[in-house]
Amino acid sequence: MKLSPRLAVLLTAPVLVITACAPQTSTNSSSEKDDKSGTLRVWLFQEVGNKPKEKVVDSVVAAFEKAHKGTEVDVEYMAVDTRAQRVKAAFNDPKSAPDVMEYGNTDTAGYVKDGGLLDVTREFGDWSEGKDTDPTARTSVTVDGRMYGAPFYVGVRALYYRTDVFKKLGLQPPRTMAELASTARRIRAARPDLYGLVVGGAYTYGAMPFVWANGGELATGKGGSYTSAIDSAAAQKGIKAYTSLFGDDNCPAAKCAVMGGNDTITAFAAGKAGMAIGGDFSHTAVEAGKVKGAYAVVPLPGVKAGSIAPAFAGGNNIGVLKSTSHRTLAVDLMEQLTSKKTQAEMFGAMGFLPTFSDVRDQAAAKEPYVKPFAQTLAAGTRFVPASPGWSQIDSQLVLPTMLQEVISGKKDVAAASREAAAKMNDAFGSAG
Amino acid sequence: MRGTPNGSGVVERWRVRRVRGLSRPRGGSRKFNTAPRPGWSWSAPWLYLAPALVVLGGLLVYPIYQLGLISFFQYTQAQVSGGEPTTFEGFGNYSALFSDSEFWQVLLATVLFAAACVVSTLAVGCALAVLLTRVRALPRLALMMAALGAWATPAVTGSTVWLFLFDPDFGPVNRILGLGDYSWTYGRFSAFFLVLLEVVWCSFPFVMVTVYAGIRAVPGEVLEAAALDGASQWRIWRSVLAPMLRPILTVVTIQSVIWDFKVFTQIYVMTNGGGIAGQNLVLNVYAYQQAFASSQYGLGSAIGVVMLLILLAVTLGYLRLLRRQGEEL
Repeated sequence: MKLSPRLAVLLTAPVLVITACAPQTSTNSSSEKDDKSGTLRVWLFQEVGNKPKEKVVDSVVAAFEKAHKGTEVDVEYMAVDTRAQRVKAAFNDPKSAPDVMEYGNTDTAGYVKDGGLLDVTREFGDWSEGKDTDPTARTSVTVDGRMYGAPFYVGVRALYYRTDVFKKLGLQPPRTMAELASTARRIRAARPDLYGLVVGGAYTYGAMPFVWANGGELATGKGGSYTSAIDSAAAQKGIKAYTSLFGDDNCPAAKCAVMGGNDTITAFAAGKAGMAIGGDFSHTAVEAGKVKGAYAVVPLPGVKAGSIAPAFAGGNNIGVLKSTSHRTLAVDLMEQLTSKKTQAEMFGAMGFLPTFSDVRDQAAAKEPYVKPFAQTLAAGTRFVPASPGWSQIDSQLVLPTMLQEVISGKKDVAAASREAAAKMNDAFGSAG
Repeated sequence: MRGTPNGSGVVERWRVRRVRGLSRPRGGSRKFNTAPRPGWSWSAPWLYLAPALVVLGGLLVYPIYQLGLISFFQYTQAQVSGGEPTTFEGFGNYSALFSDSEFWQVLLATVLFAAACVVSTLAVGCALAVLLTRVRALPRLALMMAALGAWATPAVTGSTVWLFLFDPDFGPVNRILGLGDYSWTYGRFSAFFLVLLEVVWCSFPFVMVTVYAGIRAVPGEVLEAAALDGASQWRIWRSVLAPMLRPILTVVTIQSVIWDFKVFTQIYVMTNGGGIAGQNLVLNVYAYQQAFASSQYGLGSAIGVVMLLILLAVTLGYLRLLRRQGEEL
């Protein structure tokens, strides 16, 4: 039989399609093995100025290796910018994956859905120090009532202000959100070269306290099924309060609408703003800037005088990967890396706020700059919805888009928040 | 190759047969060729083509096949790493995409923006290519070096530098133009315009160098004759150079269409990932934001397939248009 070449191609093509009918998938089932010796691989974040962190980790590792004969711990520091790719690669190829890993706490739900993290609920319950973990930190490792790691440190934001500017203009640190806005405008009026309170249209975690302080929520629901609440009346009030700060009388929209959190801190550190919303982790950057010695920090005020606006509890956790073949050892190492002793040392080395209330109080007694942040944490903090949909909402810039639509006058608060709520619900639904 | 209205396959086969026919009377020493085994006649060319086809298949067909395949599945990080089973979605990803009103807006903006970029790039590139043939060696060298410098600059670096030039607080452009602290990236059109400038800046050198090479190959007598006939510069370009450069211009145009339709870095860097409230999104950045950044590979592949089809349609349409005008490429 003589086939024309074209016909031959047409005949073989469907065969190829049929033989390779579904895209590739790796089998990431939990490993059955539980070796009691061998090499444990650990991935931690590479911070700016990482040396002090390495020192603390090295001492933990040395003690661990001494306690467990025949084990070796191989610690690797991964760049923060490219960690998402590395973690994905680790989930895809369990052979090259670490046993223990540090991760950002907003990623918890997504990683659990990807099937990458080991459920350590039982071990965490048995751990003597685990009980003292503060409630928000505990939420940040919990998905659907199960725990997938141990909190490593927390980060919260508070209000930075310029003491020299305030003194000259005879201003007091604001005690309510309304006062915050009026103080900001007075600074701008007296010093047109400064932003009153520098705000950013892409600064989600700077805007959320305004929503929470007004009684709004990002989303309501529990156990994986969430519904957006960003368009509720209370949330809209908060969005209005935040977006009204954009304007020539405080922070011109043309410049501030594009800013993210880091941009606002850079502006404040360079002496271009009277106030800014920054985290305990921004302390080093501000200290290194022009305003060193001429600023102070107070908790971000709430709606009522004397109250504190709920802050977002950021931070990192340490978890064990499902694919580990050293389950017992890996969990033990996780506990050593997040123990009270390690966290106290880590605070001394890196300024990371401990996730245990008692350790944090000791830290605040030692370093006065921690006080406003500890107060903010004590007043109660919030966390993003523990849904895998959150990473989608985050990367699709749903909330920055909403804020920027209002700031640039494209939509009013009601329309913009309604649209954002619809997109959030889509994400919660599809990631389910 | 001179054109026949029917497909070129006919021409090819006919020619092969004729060549073989001619060789027969001469062939004392080539007996093997003159007595082909059964099946050899059609398989020989494919055998010779096989190495190239394997490479092309591996590099082009397989990825496109994967892209198309993935676009029909619910395929996110959870499926890749085995956290959840892969499910067949049919046209689910496509219907999700087409029902998103933002997608249509972004598509329209992408088409208009790419068209503006292509026209500007070609205009600037051709004008400078003609200029290159008119100036002395030293200025020509300077212009060439400047253009090659722009060409060699990585897109991220170029974008950052342009952004700095137009910075509202520190940028020299605003100072020279006396615009105060006007923010170029705030308005939708001014932001697109700023990106357009950067895109033209980094892609005109390719057009310029290619067209310049083409002009150099045009016989001097033709141009001299046109000049003697009293044709103006513009007339020489329109009636003599442009028709003679047509094949080159075609290639350059198609290249530019494809590049400018796929622009990513410039928008991503200069408008901070799509501008205020996403006003400067183009298709590629949209795909990244909606799909790849949140590991929704299925949806991202669907966007990729749509883009591929649009580019194919534009390219084929353009080639047909040329053909209808009586030009064979």
